[in-house]
Order: sequence, then C-alpha cells, then structure tokens
Amino acid sequence: MSTTATTIDLEAVPARKTGARAALRKLLRDRAAAASAVTILLFVLAAACAPWLTGITGQDPYAYHVDLLDGSGVPLGFGGGVSATHWFGVEPLTGRDLFSIVVYGARTSLLIGVAATAVSVVIGVVVGITTGFVGGWYDRIASRGVDVLFGFPVLVFLIALTTIAPSWLPRPLFIVLIIGLFGWPGISRIVRAQVLVLRERSFVAASTAMGAPARHVMAAHVLPNVSATIIVVSTILVPGMIGVEAALSFLGVGVVPPTPSWGRTLGDAIGWVQTDPLYLVFPGLALFIITLAFNVFGDGLRDALDPRGGRR
Amino acid sequence: MTEIETRDVLAVNALSVAFADRDAPTAPPRTVVDGVDFHLGHGRVLALVGESGSGKSVTAMSVLGLLPANARVEGSIRLEGRELVGADAATVRAVRGGRIGTIFQEPMSAFNPVLTLGAQIAEAIVTHHPRLRRREVRARSLELLESVGIAEPLRIARSHPHELSGGQLQRSMIAMAISSDPIALIADEPTTALDVTVQAGILDLIRSLRDDRGTAVLLITHDMGVVADLADDVVVMRSGHVEERESSPALFAAPQAGYTRELLRAVPRLGETAARLRSSEPLPAELSAAAEVRAARIEYGGGWGRPAVVAVESATFAIRPGRTLGLVGESGSGKSTLGRAFAGLVPVRSGEVLVGGIDLARASRRELRELRSAIGYVFQDPASSLDPRWTVGDAIAEPLRLGSDKTPRERRARVLELLDAVRLSESHLERFPHELSGGQRQRVAIARAIALHPSLLIADEPTSALDVSVQARVLDLLADLQREFGFACLFVSHDLAVVQELAHEVAVMRAGRIVELGPTERVLSAPDSPYTRRLLAAAPVADPAQQAARRRAWRGLAAEADPAAGDGDAA
Repeated sequence: MSTTATTIDLEAVPARKTGARAALRKLLRDRAAAASAVTILLFVLAAACAPWLTGITGQDPYAYHVDLLDGSGVPLGFGGGVSATHWFGVEPLTGRDLFSIVVYGARTSLLIGVAATAVSVVIGVVVGITTGFVGGWYDRIASRGVDVLFGFPVLVFLIALTTIAPSWLPRPLFIVLIIGLFGWPGISRIVRAQVLVLRERSFVAASTAMGAPARHVMAAHVLPNVSATIIVVSTILVPGMIGVEAALSFLGVGVVPPTPSWGRTLGDAIGWVQTDPLYLVFPGLALFIITLAFNVFGDGLRDALDPRGGRR
Repeated sequence: MTEIETRDVLAVNALSVAFADRDAPTAPPRTVVDGVDFHLGHGRVLALVGESGSGKSVTAMSVLGLLPANARVEGSIRLEGRELVGADAATVRAVRGGRIGTIFQEPMSAFNPVLTLGAQIAEAIVTHHPRLRRREVRARSLELLESVGIAEPLRIARSHPHELSGGQLQRSMIAMAISSDPIALIADEPTTALDVTVQAGILDLIRSLRDDRGTAVLLITHDMGVVADLADDVVVMRSGHVEERESSPALFAAPQAGYTRELLRAVPRLGETAARLRSSEPLPAELSAAAEVRAARIEYGGGWGRPAVVAVESATFAIRPGRTLGLVGESGSGKSTLGRAFAGLVPVRSGEVLVGGIDLARASRRELRELRSAIGYVFQDPASSLDPRWTVGDAIAEPLRLGSDKTPRERRARVLELLDAVRLSESHLERFPHELSGGQRQRVAIARAIALHPSLLIADEPTSALDVSVQARVLDLLADLQREFGFACLFVSHDLAVVQELAHEVAVMRAGRIVELGPTERVLSAPDSPYTRRLLAAAPVADPAQQAARRRAWRGLAAEADPAAGDGDAA
C-alpha cells in the first residue's frame, strides 16, 4: 500500500447550509413572503377561532336582525350598518352579521381549498412520478389522459355534476372531491418533467444497478428530490382551489345556504352594489388578500428552497 | 526592463479577487485570488495551471471583466499598457471580443442552439465592425472558418450547433474569437470536453495562430499534457496563490515548488514501463471468467418504423477474477453502453453477457436482482451518483438493505468497515454529499459499490471528473481494494495513461466495435490497429521534448488516416 492511500482523507470542505432551517431563514428575510406567511397564519387563526371571535360581539352568521334594515331591506346607518357590534355591517334583506359571515366563510374557503389541493397533489404526484419514471405505454396513455383533462371545460362540467350529486354526500365533501379530481393535471405535468430529468441522474441508475425494485427507487430517491417542487406547487394551487370554490358558490352550485361562503356572499352582493357597496367589498377583500398571500408565499418558498439562492 | 514591459501584451500585477457572501453581507469577503502576477508576451502561450479551486478561471475572467457583481477586484491588469481594473463599461466592452478573444470550455453549450453558426460568427464581426456590408460580413465569416481549418465553410456556416461535432464547434468558436484580429486569446480549458484525437487538432490550430498571427494566448488548463504540448511559459496556481512561474521546458525539467513536483508526479504517464498499480500474481489457468461478453449487440431506439441505432456490435471478451480489463475509446464509441450492459442497465439485443456464468439477457427479473448484488458500479460523476438528500451512511447502506438481510446494527458495522476500507473516517457518516470534496464522494461511491463483495466491479470513468492528485489516490484505492477483495474490474475510460496504470488487458473500441484486444503492454507499446496507434499518438504527455516528437508522429498518422479532410475531426 502506498503512503498516500493509507492516510485517511480528511480534506476539510466548508459545509454549505441547506435543509429546512436555512430555507426558513431565507424565507423570513424575504419581506413579502414573511408578510404573506403572517397573513395566511392570521386567516387560519381567525377561521379556527371563529366562534370565539364572533363571540366578542355576541354574533353568529345565522341570526337575523331585521330591526337593522329599512323598509326595502337596505341596512340602516353608515357603510351597510357598520357599528361596534357589527364590525363589517349586516347583510341586506336578512340583517345577518357580515363579520361573522366573512370569518365563518374563511373556514369554508380554507378547508375546501386545502382539502381539494391535497386530493389534487396526491393524484398528481402519483401520476407524475409513475409516468415519468416508468415511461413507455403507461406514460403515453396516462399523459394523453392528462392532455384530455387539460382541454376539458371543467367549470361547465362541474356545474353539470353538482346537479346530479347524490344527496347523501355532504356538499363540502362533494365539492372537495370534484375540484380535487379535476385539479391534478398541472402538478402531474410539472412533477413528470422533473422526474424525467432525475431519471437520468446516475444515483437513480446506481440504485437500479444495486438491484432496487422500481417502487423503492421512486419512493426513496425520486420522491424526496421532487418534494421541494411539490411543496411550492401545492402552495400556489391552494388559492386556485379557493377561487374555484368561490366561483361555484357564486354561480349558486357551491356550498348550500345557510353555510357561509365568500363566493355565495359575493354573488348575492352583486345585486346590492349600487345601494350597499361595502357588502361586496368585505368578502371580496378577504378572498383577494388570501389569494394574493398564498401566491406571494409560494413564490418566496420557491426562491427559498432553490439551493442556488434564487433571485437577487 | 522597460523594453520587456512594452512588449507585454497583458500584464497582471498583484491581482486579488474576493467574493462577498450573498447570504451574509457583513462577513469578510472570501479571497479566491491573492496577489497574482504574470506577464503575457506577444506571440507567447502562457498557461495558468492548477486544480479546481486554484483560482485560475477567476483570474482569466477578471481580465475580461466577467466576474459576478459581488466580486471585488484589486491590483492591476494592463492590456497593451491600458488599465482594465476599474475601467468604464465602454472600454471593457471594446476589449472583450475586440482586443481579446475568448474560447470557452464547452463548445456544445457556448453557441446559441437556435441560430446557425454563420449568423453567430457574423454577429461577432458586426459588433466590432458595424459599418461592414452584409456581403462583406459573409465573405469574412467564410474566410475565418476556412482559416481555422474547416473543410466546408459554407456547409458549417449554414448548420445549427447540434448538427456539428465538438471539434467543428470548437474550431468555429476559435473563428469567432479571432474575428476582430485580437492581440490576445483567452482559452479556458479549450480541449477538456473533447476527445484526444480532436484535442490534438485544436492544440495544433492554437499553435498556428500564435506562430502565424503573433497572437498571445492565455491558456487555462488542468492538464499537464496540454501544457507540455502548447505552453511557452507556465504559472502554477494553488488556492489563489502563484506557486511557481517558469518557462515550460525549465518547469518540466526541474520543477522548483513542492506543489509542482507533486502535481507532475500525480500525472499518469503513457509509455512508462512500470505498472505500479497492477497486481501481478499469476492466475491459475483453469480459473473461469468472472464476467464475459460474447458477440453482444446493443441497439438504441427503433420500433415505430424507425431504424435502431447500433451502439455496440459483436463485442467479445472475458475478465478473470482479480484482473482488470480497460475498455478504451472516444466519446460515442459505445464503451459506456457496454459497461452498463454488464450491470443490466441496458438490454442486449443479441449475444450473451455473462456474470458468474449467468446470462444477464436471459435472466428472470428475480435472478437479475440477485445477480446485481454480485456487481458493483462506480459512476463517472460522484456528484450525480449519490442522492443529494441521503447521508453518506445511508448511501453506503443502501445495497446492504436491498441485497442482504442484515440487521440495522450489522449494517452499521459493515458501513464503518467499508468507510475504513476506502480511507474515510466515521465522522463522514452523517455528512451529505455536498459537504464532501469530489474525491471523498467518489470514495463513498466505491464503498457503496463493494458493499456486497461483488465479483465484478464496473468503473465507468471513475476519475475523469476529479483533479489529477485526487485521481492518483482514487486509482491507488481501487488497486488496493482489488488486491484485497479479488473482484474482476471492468474499467471504462478515455484516458490511455490511466488505463495503463490499472488494467491487465485493454480493449479499444471505436464506433461500437472492439478494434483491438490484448495484454496492456502489448497493446500500448506495439498496437496492431491503426486506430489504436492514432489514439496513442494523440494523447499528450507531460514532457515538452517528448511531446514535440509525439506531435510529429501524430501528424503523420493523422494525414495517413484521412488525407482529404486534414482536420481529422469531421462529424
């Protein structure tokens, strides 16, 4: 044995910082991303503490206050009846507390948005990884399926589906399922493209050469290496899902009354925009802010998880 | 003294480059080039030599003002007496491509893939001669292409980059670099991505530019053979410092700095008789082969009415236990494909690939998986062959988990044993690949490959991504391990000198066929095939005098082989 080979190779290499902690630090330094993270957190908190929050003024989204309306159903007082007890005013025609409706609506929106995203991500990731990794006939057929779903007039189909929904299925669950089942082609395409690149990396060939079955390679090597992408795409998918739920409720085929929903409230508010504009503004703002926050957060997350350091 | 200075084309004095950390702006900047001095004279080739991280490329890029925004440059860079450090953007732009031409390492990625070469060369001409008419620009492009030894300039000018070979692209890039008659050329690893026979042609071309046009060349390279072939003066760099500055013949004859001596010693040399790494114990003659290939044919693609591309045809050889077969060839020769076939990673269309007497092509899926534990595979680029999200310990344990029923504790013990075998310490166990150096990563990959006591180890260019000194240590390690564990080794490489150190037998491949097969001494000293002769002659050796003789021999062989084309690197 030569002397060079027997010495232990202890060449010092500076440890580059990676991993979740470094990503978090990078994320917090990005002000827009940090602000949107706080916003998302506030919305989630508000939704979780809805009974308690509305309890401060003793309100709930179901109680009618006809005494706060004039003869034609328009709320009395400034800005649609904004007051110390009704922070966002009241709903025209019924007099229900608008703050309660917005806060309880956040529950509906976030729950449906996140749940539908989860359904989409699971299907999209499974299809994306398997088609990208296995290839061949399976990939050709599955990818054509994805193309068909992409070109599908989804909204029209969803509206049609809601009319034949079985009555034993709770409406929110039904909406989660149908939005989720139609929302996965995008993520599956992104994941598939990444897997096609990963498949050529030699650590994948190395694992195969060691005798690893395909499912081991996919679960142990491919999935962890696309996880950053999956996280980012999921974050950006959530606001889209919230938007679809709002759109369905706006069109009157979403969550059934009296369950509060931003979309349905927005749909109702269109008719009152001349007489009570703030009725439109409050739920509209809530929808706008949460959508923007998720998008900005997803953008920041992408930069933070990019080992090359992102922009700047 | 003043006379010498006026003849200097490029004078670099006390150059320092430091990079500020983007993630920690308050931290002191990291110095990567520290107090570098050199002078490049008219019609001279100055080689900046060093291993990765030595600061040689950063030095060259600072001459062109092509450093990222967080770099701080101090000292002086004078081109024909004009200061470039701190010069305004217009001056620097006039220098880039005007007074200094640049040749990059990767000709494949240095061109815009959607434009023809003619358009890209024309763009370079127009940038510095905006008044030229279209016809004149066209004529000048063709003239330039012809001057760099391209046989059909018209066809090349109309081609897109993907339609051309590496050698043709590199020649076109040189044509672009000399389009404005620069006084100096910066060549950053100009032949590293090319095959040896093509490399020899490109080096000849750069030499003729120096001789005919008096162009000064700043050559950045890690290859001592290239330095010996081309350079007049050499600056040896290590971690940002100049270790030695000397004329080329003097440096190779009597290196002064300890580091230079070390570097030269690490370079594997062709033609040296002592094969220090090979085990030489005689084998019992009746011992059967550990791995064997018989008349194998491997094709890619095909089906859907398209013809298949033949990657390997009628390949036949055998490797006995404890012996190494070197599989040599240039890019596209099918050597890596054949290596992969031994690991069952590519299907064999016809013929047999036998490992331990079992045919990989006919083995059932289960047999194949079992057989794979008898095969270790070391890949070319250790950065890519280790999963970036797995620790060293997990990576080495993966074959144990897959191919043995050891308990976690037994696995851990075996991993520690393996780490020790590849001279890494226990402290590496929890590290991630990006926290290791290239050499350490390759050791981890080797440990993983031998974890299950394979009877065959396939090493696919295991050292070509590593620095020479690291390469020497990895080759030592492979030889030691083979002596200890007695596996057969299929060593795939483009580098004859490396193969000579390790292999008992050599198979030379060209265009999918084995053109020569035999004991290493015989093949490398008295080759039968004219292709092997050309390959041998084209590989530069780290000795200027010897290299000059080899160069003449190569020219003779190249002309003999392809008298019409002349450039020897047609697609």
